[in-house]
Amino acid sequence: MEPLSNRSKKVQKREMTFTERAYLPAIAQGLGITLKHFFKKKATVQYPEQTRERSDVWRGLHVLKRDENGAERCTACGLCAVACPAEAITMTAGERKAGEEHLYREEKYAVTYEVNMLRCIFCGLCEEACPKAAIFLQDDKLAPARYERDEFIYGKDRLVEPLKTTETK
Amino acid sequence: MESVDLLYKAIYILAIFGITLLIATYSTYFERKIAAFIQDRVGPNRAGPAGLLQPLADAGKLFFKEDFIPNKASKALFILGPGIAMLVATMSSAVVPFGDKLIIGGHEINLIAIDVNIGVLYVFGVVSLGVYGLMVGGWASNNKFSLLGAIRAASQNISYELAMGLSLIAVLMLSGTLSLREIAEQQSGFNWNIWYQPLGFIIFLVCAFAECNRTPFDLPESEAELIGGYHTEYGSMKLGMYLFAEYINIFVASAVMATLYFGAYNFPFMEDLRAAISDPVLANNVVTIVGLVAMFTKIFLFIFFFMWVRWTLPRFRYDQLMKLGWQILIPLAILNIMLTGGGILLKEYLF
Repeated sequence: MEPLSNRSKKVQKREMTFTERAYLPAIAQGLGITLKHFFKKKATVQYPEQTRERSDVWRGLHVLKRDENGAERCTACGLCAVACPAEAITMTAGERKAGEEHLYREEKYAVTYEVNMLRCIFCGLCEEACPKAAIFLQDDKLAPARYERDEFIYGKDRLVEPLKTTETK
Repeated sequence: MESVDLLYKAIYILAIFGITLLIATYSTYFERKIAAFIQDRVGPNRAGPAGLLQPLADAGKLFFKEDFIPNKASKALFILGPGIAMLVATMSSAVVPFGDKLIIGGHEINLIAIDVNIGVLYVFGVVSLGVYGLMVGGWASNNKFSLLGAIRAASQNISYELAMGLSLIAVLMLSGTLSLREIAEQQSGFNWNIWYQPLGFIIFLVCAFAECNRTPFDLPESEAELIGGYHTEYGSMKLGMYLFAEYINIFVASAVMATLYFGAYNFPFMEDLRAAISDPVLANNVVTIVGLVAMFTKIFLFIFFFMWVRWTLPRFRYDQLMKLGWQILIPLAILNIMLTGGGILLKEYLF
């Protein structure tokens, strides 16, 4: 058969020389290689004490932001859920009642807002879709391993940014 | 023998027994550390400073695991197997001279547990008994993999003991004695046997690897093909005993190699050191203690070599193992005997 390219090499099976058959020189060579690795710098990152440096554009766990007065920015428009390629985001919308102006910025707000971290691919499209600058992917947190599937569904309790206590002083 | 001498001897035997166990315990730690370093990792470092308590944690884990005996196993032999392995392993360090004699209060204490005139034969006899531990355990498990592992162990040990014994004969021809103590004494200073017996040493080394069931000769316990070989059915501390016995065997093999070929407790310029100190008793004790340190340094280097080889070489195929043992090492050992004999005759003829 005609070869497709002329890159193939013809394999030659030759007799091994005496030094090769003696086996000991090859062992010495191998021991030299392992000894070199013995003194090499180790690749291990001592995880809980050290963490690997992350990129500036690294996308981690979601956060639902508050505005400068501490009211939630999200208006439950659903654009993030539409943009999500993994269909990880679900929400139900509700109407703001009188006296809740300090809690929610606009008349409509998200009663529930859930992100399934097992579905999420951390692509960041929700962040791009949000017209209210409400959802962001943090660059310093990640979704830790858990024992139950239910625990991966993050509700508002774990997503909404905590209130800044320094402002109340 | 006076009662004081008996007391000293008892203390010495206890110390050697303790040191043997301690070294075997920490061999597991160093094995893991060395493996990790060779593979560019750092190894155990969580239990205690630098992971030094790791062997205790491992032993604790093994002790608290369920002590399981298979239903179809022969119970008595199943328990006896690791016992034999452990007993035999700890027995053989009795005749190894770890140092020369100390003089305390006019009493001479030889740093050797039992000074028998057939030390070499004793070591060989005891070490070859070690295979019974494997054999009994493997057979009693009533499991095909265990039995195969045990049979492999038996045939491998028998094959390599032959070459080992033959390579040793050349050393015995040179020294003219079977006592390990006298062999050690003859290599005073830097006059070590390795300079006269390089080929014999290489054969002995290869056979020692095979006798200890270490890589590249760890076929009896090859986990890839035999699921662990003779200790497939073992768990808990009975498994621990087998593994422990293996490390003790490495220690003993290192000690024997250091004694036979690397001058035991002798170190270069030891006579200069002895002459430099005016008080003869003090001079003797200083030289003995430095010699003790030298002996253990040699042993540790050998243990390191055992581990270094383990993390470098892959395992032999079984037919390669047999071919190496019977067709290469034994003829080489016989050639070595003839060369040594010729050398001795030549020396007598010339001088």
